[in-house]
Amino acid sequence: MLIPILIALVPLLALGPATLIAPRSAAAHWGVYAGTAALSGLIAAAALSHLLLESSPQHAGLPIGLPWLTARFRLDSLSAFFLLVVNGGAAAAAAYGIGYGRHEREPERVLPAFPLFIAAMNLTLLADDAFSFLVSWETMSLTSWVLVLATHREPDTLRAAQLYLIMASGGTLLLLLAFGVLAQVTGGYDFDSIRTSALTPGAAALALALGFLGTGSKAGLVPLHAWLPLAHPAAPSHVSALMSGVMTKVALYGMVRILFDLVGEVPWWWGGIMMALGGATAVIGVLFATMEQDLKRLLAYSTVENIGIVVTGLGLAAAFRDNGMNEIAGLAFAAALLHILNHAVFKSLLFLGAGAVATATGTRDLGRLGGLIGRMPQTAFAMLVGAGAIAALPPLNGFVSEWLLFQAVLKGPLLPQWELKIAAAVVAALLALAAALAASCFVRAFGIAFLGRPRSPEAAAAVEVEPAMRWTLLALAALCLLLGVLPMLALTPMGRLGEAVIGAAAVRTDSSWLWLTPPAAGGNSYGGVIVLAVIAGFGVLTRIGIHNLASRRLRRAAPWACGFDAPVAPAQYSASSFAQPLRRVFASLVRAEERVEMPEPGDLRAARFASSWRDASWDLLYQPVGAAVGWLSLTLNQLQFLTIRKYLSLMFAALVGLLFLVAVTQ
Amino acid sequence: MKDLYFDTAHMLGTAVLLLSFALLFQRRISGVINTFALQATMLALAAAWQAFVQDAPHLYVTALVALLFKAVAIPVALHRIVRLLMIHRTVETALSIGLTMVVGVALVTLAILLVLPVTSDSAALTRENLALALSVVLLGLLMMITRRNAVTQVIGFMSLENGLILAAIGVSGMPLVVEMSVAFAVMVAFIIFGIFFFQIRERFDTLDLHYLESFRGERS
Repeated sequence: MLIPILIALVPLLALGPATLIAPRSAAAHWGVYAGTAALSGLIAAAALSHLLLESSPQHAGLPIGLPWLTARFRLDSLSAFFLLVVNGGAAAAAAYGIGYGRHEREPERVLPAFPLFIAAMNLTLLADDAFSFLVSWETMSLTSWVLVLATHREPDTLRAAQLYLIMASGGTLLLLLAFGVLAQVTGGYDFDSIRTSALTPGAAALALALGFLGTGSKAGLVPLHAWLPLAHPAAPSHVSALMSGVMTKVALYGMVRILFDLVGEVPWWWGGIMMALGGATAVIGVLFATMEQDLKRLLAYSTVENIGIVVTGLGLAAAFRDNGMNEIAGLAFAAALLHILNHAVFKSLLFLGAGAVATATGTRDLGRLGGLIGRMPQTAFAMLVGAGAIAALPPLNGFVSEWLLFQAVLKGPLLPQWELKIAAAVVAALLALAAALAASCFVRAFGIAFLGRPRSPEAAAAVEVEPAMRWTLLALAALCLLLGVLPMLALTPMGRLGEAVIGAAAVRTDSSWLWLTPPAAGGNSYGGVIVLAVIAGFGVLTRIGIHNLASRRLRRAAPWACGFDAPVAPAQYSASSFAQPLRRVFASLVRAEERVEMPEPGDLRAARFASSWRDASWDLLYQPVGAAVGWLSLTLNQLQFLTIRKYLSLMFAALVGLLFLVAVTQ
Repeated sequence: MKDLYFDTAHMLGTAVLLLSFALLFQRRISGVINTFALQATMLALAAAWQAFVQDAPHLYVTALVALLFKAVAIPVALHRIVRLLMIHRTVETALSIGLTMVVGVALVTLAILLVLPVTSDSAALTRENLALALSVVLLGLLMMITRRNAVTQVIGFMSLENGLILAAIGVSGMPLVVEMSVAFAVMVAFIIFGIFFFQIRERFDTLDLHYLESFRGERS
């Protein structure tokens, strides 16, 4: 299936440049979005068939690039799984774009880069040598950067794009160094020779650290995440969905590929570090999501949280595998992968839904939304499903992967190292906290945006978006339910993947499709259909009970309107008032400040209340690093204005230093 | 007889090196110029001795070039320049003389430690000669960076050239063309520096590079 995928990538690569002929025409619009949706769908189908039918990896070499090098490509179950995730998300975003793209003010800034971005992500997944990988990776970064800049008229975009570019280049640099360490002195840059070569423990640890940081900065690990909530929401919404739902998955693919495949042996302590960082990322990401006022930025912070959950799963898998507990490692790994798939589905859904809201109302500010459920019922329904899924409510898909992950985390006490026992307990607590906060975050997001009364005239005037957008949302919502009710549909094809990468699958391939019973979970099982049936049954029973059994006696009383007596919008819960309890509890963590300005007695001014919060990674990481770089540049800049004698001294020092090096190393 | 050849060549090379040190501790410009003339003479002697030992008559030309240009013509010209232009007669140091000597000794140690192991399979004469020559080159560079006055810097540069020629004559079979070109390079450098001196003199009324820096706006 590798060759058909590569063939399908050719028109995908050609689509973008082709639109330059007439970027504003309807043909370009339809060609890009419909074409991309069709091609991505084809690639996803091919990847699925590989995942189901083939067991051995397929190779191909293409004479691209430097004359004496071939670009190597490889399709194995790991890349097939990620191809499925990426192209599924891409197809949804492209189908949505058919409707959404019409509202684009400058389509010529989006259309050329959109298919290229998707093609670059596909090539990254297929690359089988460091050169192709890095070139595809960087193309992915640059095309997405161009797409972020599509909204260059908005004031924050330029800063976000600049920060994104810096972080993307830094990440690529780390990956470059990681591959340099992996290839060693012999310089075998194709993945096959990297796999077979043995690394010293020091070199392996260095490669692990570099690869983890390089891919982690792209995925949005705390404390490298600060660019993500700026850059992802700045792009047009279908691109935001791609970046947040799909591109972060490519970064995770890079992490899995480098850590579990190329380096191979991940030591247990490294697994512990990943768990700790993942747990911290999950909590901090969702905390900021809970504070955030901008709907899309809220979703981006929530992406940070979900990346943390996945990385925790990967770290657990590494820790268990290094201790020889392959069954539980397979369980954790499957949980991480399933969460990757689920997150791609519901985060695409939520971002596309946020795009629909932004299209209908012209704003993403929660403080100006409200009451949309009556005006956009279908979008609201799809968003409700997405919010439920991301808050891990059964029977939706988010619940299944988090349930699996908890099954693995709770096996933590079986680990022999006491550090890991403690870490697993702490991480379990962090994950539970993150799950609870995520639920509150999405209650707030959905409740403020869709319930209550409109907080602005734009929200009051909103109308339902056009069918292409709505149907994409509903299809994704249906997928959330399907994957939640029948998780075996996703887990069974992933069995081979777990065996190939970790050495054990989460579930037996011959087990029943009705019940999810991972053998490593010690008898715990989950039946999505049963849960759905129970929920539906209780719902029907409740309805019957209320309508038939309740007293029919007529009572008259003043209605209690939840304290919302005066029908004015500002009297409702606002986005920031809903977040206030959490903001106070975690004030030190989110650097929250509240200020009340009371006018003097006799002064007729209104009192003012202002609250603010701040991402601490700015103060603790980004600004110090930025200041250090600035200081270094200024210092080095003085080299331009030295005297002749000092230039000579520098050369002399360099000469003597090199001679000294030769003398010492003989 | 072999020992005599070796010892004499060694002695002359060492004399060149010793005079490099002598260049470093001179406090007067005229002393620097005279020491340089002496070094060039020693170089000429070394070249002549090598011509005799290696039976390579073209080295006599090198010796003659060194003697005429470097030991006589250039020092005379420099003395004239110093006198005509009324240049400050003392050496202005950027690093004190004592420290310069310490650094110089360290550099010679480095050169010996570097060259002797690297060339362990060469003839003894070549090895010692190369170590001496490298020391002279490094000391010439050191002089260029630790002395402020332009005249002393030019002399440091030419002393560095002396080291190069010392290295060249020690290797048997080196063609004459190389030495000639080196000599001419020194000539060219001298002419260029001469023009440079006069321009500095005309524009800024001093040869001290310090004033050049303030003109370029690097110092207030």
